[in-house]
Amino acid sequence: MITNLGGFKMSQHKQIRIALNNCGVIDPENIKEYIARDGYVALGKCLTEMKPQDVINEIKESGLRGRGGGGFPTGLKWEIASKNHADQKYVVCNADEGDPGAFMDRSILEGDPHAVLEAMAICGYSMGATKGLVYIRAEYPLAIKRLKVAIEQAREYGLLGKKLFETDFDFDIELRYGAGAFVCGEETSLIHSMEGLRGEPTIKPPYPAEKGYLGKPTNVNNVETYANIPIILRKGASWFNKIGTEKSKGTKVFALAGKVKNVGLVEVPMGTTLREVIYEIGGGIENDKKFKAVQTGGPSGGCLTEKHLDTPIDFDNLLAAGSMMGSGGMIVMDEDNCMVSVAKFYLDFTVEESCGKCSPCRIGNKRLYELLDRITQGKGELSDLQRLRNMSLVIKDTSLCGLGQTSPNPVLSTLDNFYDEYLAHVTDKKCPSGECKDLMTYFVIEENCVGCTACARVCPVGAITGEKKEVHYINPEICIKCGACEERCKFDAIIVK
Amino acid sequence: MNKVKLTIDDKQIEVEKGTTIYKAAKQLEIEIPVLCYMNLEGLNIENKPGGCRICVVEVEGRNNLAPSCSTEVWDGMVVHTHTMRVINARRTVMEFILSDHPKDCLTCAKSGNCDLQNMAVKLGIREIPGQEYAEMSKYKTDFSPSIIRELDKCIMCRRCEMMCNDFQTVGALSAFHRGFQAAVGPAFEMDIEDSPCTYCGQCVAVCPTGALTEKDHTRDVINALSDPTKKVIVQTAPAVRAALGEEFGMEPGTLVTGKMVSALRRLGFDYVFDTDFAADLTIMEEGTELLDRLTKFLAGDKKVKLPILTSCCPAWVSFFEHNFPEMKDIPSTARSPQQMFGAIAKTYFADKISTKREDLVVVSIMPCLAKKYEAQRDEFKVNGNPDVDFSISTRELAHLIKEANLDLNKLPDEDFDKPLGESSGAAVIFGTTGGVIEAAVRTAYELHTGIKLDKLDFEQLRGFEAIRKATVDFDGTPINIGIAHGLGNARKLLEEIKAGKSEFHAIEIMSCPGGCIGGGGQPTHHGDSSILKARAKAIYAEDAGKPIRKSHENPYIIKLYEEFLGKPMSEKAHHLLHTCYFDKSRKIEID
Amino acid sequence: MTKIKTLADLERIKNELRSELDLESGLLNSENAVKIKVGMGTSGIASGAKDVMDFLIEALEKRNIEAIVSQTGDMGYSYAEPTIEVQKPGKDPVVFGDVDIKKADLIIEKYIKLGEELQGVIPVNYQTIDN
Repeated sequence: MITNLGGFKMSQHKQIRIALNNCGVIDPENIKEYIARDGYVALGKCLTEMKPQDVINEIKESGLRGRGGGGFPTGLKWEIASKNHADQKYVVCNADEGDPGAFMDRSILEGDPHAVLEAMAICGYSMGATKGLVYIRAEYPLAIKRLKVAIEQAREYGLLGKKLFETDFDFDIELRYGAGAFVCGEETSLIHSMEGLRGEPTIKPPYPAEKGYLGKPTNVNNVETYANIPIILRKGASWFNKIGTEKSKGTKVFALAGKVKNVGLVEVPMGTTLREVIYEIGGGIENDKKFKAVQTGGPSGGCLTEKHLDTPIDFDNLLAAGSMMGSGGMIVMDEDNCMVSVAKFYLDFTVEESCGKCSPCRIGNKRLYELLDRITQGKGELSDLQRLRNMSLVIKDTSLCGLGQTSPNPVLSTLDNFYDEYLAHVTDKKCPSGECKDLMTYFVIEENCVGCTACARVCPVGAITGEKKEVHYINPEICIKCGACEERCKFDAIIVK
Repeated sequence: MNKVKLTIDDKQIEVEKGTTIYKAAKQLEIEIPVLCYMNLEGLNIENKPGGCRICVVEVEGRNNLAPSCSTEVWDGMVVHTHTMRVINARRTVMEFILSDHPKDCLTCAKSGNCDLQNMAVKLGIREIPGQEYAEMSKYKTDFSPSIIRELDKCIMCRRCEMMCNDFQTVGALSAFHRGFQAAVGPAFEMDIEDSPCTYCGQCVAVCPTGALTEKDHTRDVINALSDPTKKVIVQTAPAVRAALGEEFGMEPGTLVTGKMVSALRRLGFDYVFDTDFAADLTIMEEGTELLDRLTKFLAGDKKVKLPILTSCCPAWVSFFEHNFPEMKDIPSTARSPQQMFGAIAKTYFADKISTKREDLVVVSIMPCLAKKYEAQRDEFKVNGNPDVDFSISTRELAHLIKEANLDLNKLPDEDFDKPLGESSGAAVIFGTTGGVIEAAVRTAYELHTGIKLDKLDFEQLRGFEAIRKATVDFDGTPINIGIAHGLGNARKLLEEIKAGKSEFHAIEIMSCPGGCIGGGGQPTHHGDSSILKARAKAIYAEDAGKPIRKSHENPYIIKLYEEFLGKPMSEKAHHLLHTCYFDKSRKIEID
Repeated sequence: MTKIKTLADLERIKNELRSELDLESGLLNSENAVKIKVGMGTSGIASGAKDVMDFLIEALEKRNIEAIVSQTGDMGYSYAEPTIEVQKPGKDPVVFGDVDIKKADLIIEKYIKLGEELQGVIPVNYQTIDN
């Protein structure tokens, strides 16, 4: 698969900024700067020159897919919502970004809030909704402030409110605050939370497009999806759909993090390889260590390895490789990362963030976490690996919402790609990367030890014995692996393995 | 095209659009195991959060398994209910649930009647892998006068929450915390006593595990019966006799009045009386109050409060005290039959047997948990001595009978003792929705018009619809009657009154589905509403078979007025048989 | 405030703004002014961008350098926050990373005043929709 750059030059720059077009360029608190960069032209064009169905057709033709993780075709989503008739409909922006290490949506809202507002108004026009709601987590105070300023300014300029562009179309936007529950990124939970109910999912169907906020047809898209809309309508679907791969058009913003030199926001055309992102944009691995894995898709995603580095990034390829696009978190790991611990880290997150409604997610994930924890402590058995896999598959198979249906992915993908590492933990009771403290043992290298007694004196639990000027001994039964002795020894006589 | 065709386990079926897989399978007599799901058919009570994930099935073309309780069928759907993938999933999910559930089945109040236990048996769970290092969720146990909550046993089926919020609109229970710590209880984890709980006990009635149980008073009853210095009197509510048999393997709807009396006598109660006697007394007082208000109203008195609302149901009393305190002068001031009985037993009857109040113990057998709370309300005590000492549920009585090694099936039928054991058919129907008002109408009609009724069955007042309306012709005066069972339905009628839009002269309200026969203290119905209907039928059958079917014709009631009370609403009657209500609304302050 | 009612209104206002604004930098145009944008996303602010911005405004004024300092969103270089973009009149904009007050001072003294090259320049690594 070859990445199509559309009208863009094959240049040394792997990034193309569409969703981030104005981020870091304009003053987000000055609507004039947004207008100066063709802001609200797309909305004006839609309202005065296009029928709602034309707008939907344009978005459908662009091939834009939801950037929140699912990858559902955006135009189709709008079309379904447009066809469900009701006295009131709603446009919702999902700004409940919650993946660990991900901040794409926050950056867009902080850097270019008007793009999202404009897109929501366009969506409202296309589906016949007059009311927009941004569901944003309260932990994003700056984004909230800039959205408020932007909404105020747009109202002053008549770009939100009644009779926009002298048409009969009214549209206004309000904010709704989330209390920081990860599951509220799931659209039915998000809607319940906005309604003041407990933030937990309900079974779909009915989909929000049919019965959403207050029981009315509702379109929910995420921030980045909306940020693409004005540019698509300004530049045309045929401009947009030339970028990217056959089934995934346009670009994707990633929050590149972990053991990579240049962590930050990147926006690359679909089809860019993981290698290009990590090595060319990210500048390679920190401290020139060895690349081990890259985790995409947040807690729902999986860990990809060396062999996946040349996989062109798009929705379908990542899924086929055992991970997923997700909302855009991308965490790079090096040889010092223990993959069992990585899986445990994500499970810890899921256990914390499960809403508790369905039993596999509420209890199953907890059991997965406990088992992983035991393995990292050297208490695992070979049969546990089979249990891990079975529990993971059942949790995926039986959970109510996307959270539980994907939460075991970090376990399954590490089991698939790093089985030897699991084996080392359960059979040899060793952690090859040295990250699992409980599996490490401190030794004295006899030939290096001069018997200075420094280590024995610093040991907080009295695990080190030995006469002055004689070789010392660390009792592994007592040692708590704090590492103080290793730090103190001037003769490199203490090692850990 | 409102029909869809689908295939379940290689069998084809055509069902209505919108049918769930579970219901479609049921039509094919394919039983899919369900745990959190509950459907009281005909009562519009359905719990299908899709939370337990036990009922999952395989649907061709779908990635993951589908919860059959809440997944609607589509045309051409192909379902497999018991593939190895499904069986493994069910078993694993069940192991998850059990891994976070206490294993104290030996002493659990729900043992033998527990949906979770039954499911574990059905799915053949023999061990729970990893149990030795599995953390269990821990909560403090919450004790109240009626209900005990042991949330360690909560499996988040949400049935109680649905009953409390959707059906009763009480709003005392909701899910709190998230993930592994999630459970259901009052907001801010407050105690149930501090919540707007009415103790209707419907949460207990539907709880599939031992997370919600009644406060057990059987030990207190045994102690009283063992005490030679005490005379122990028992009264039994009408709904008990229509359900007790179920605990002994009898068909739902089997009347066991005589056997129950026999069992109680063998348990050692000194006098076996009937709450129905007090129900007749209630009709005398409440009926008179109704007629009094009605007569004034018809004479043009604008200050008179109408409609009059029945006040027999203690959960209903708590409900309006909490939610409609501004309307606390509308319900009848008549005490409930349980309390009228207690008051008469500890005065009139105590005198008759020359026993001091303190040496009398009154035990009530009730289909209800709110009665436990009612019995300990301060206004029903004299110098700290309650009119009713202990109220035990139908289930607790069954335990006592079993404990005493009595086989209810084989006991002879015996009669209640006199005088407080005599009752009319009108009193019996107090046990089901519509019964109190029908009993009141029988008496009020005859007292108001002076005409003897030819037909005593007021069919228009019977049934299971949520809210029923009927007009009874009082010889030219049309009396509009409203009936609601379930507090959510009651709320609708109260809102109408509040808005000044109520067309009714009298309204009967019972808190539980189907009335007392569906009370929170009854044998567990396990979500089968046909059981409730069978009980109601039994109640009406008992009424039809009674020689006296009108309260004012009960000779012992007549005698009670002659000897003791004077006439209905007399000063003595007011003192002993009427009560007042309190404003229990409260605002929760959040810091 | 004139409300925007037509596409032409939008175009007119845009042109009015265009005359005031320098599209490239998105800043008020003043031919001789140095234009500085400070990346003020949450991560920039957390790394000290606000102090840097305050310093720049104060220092440039004190040192009599005609400059326009404005805020902007996250430039994407999280590894080098705070980041600022400096455009001297007639020159291409340059992005500096890891700008603390000391470095900001250096940028004024060396790059802005003397035109000396400085360490810590982040090369542009993306294409925009306009090029």
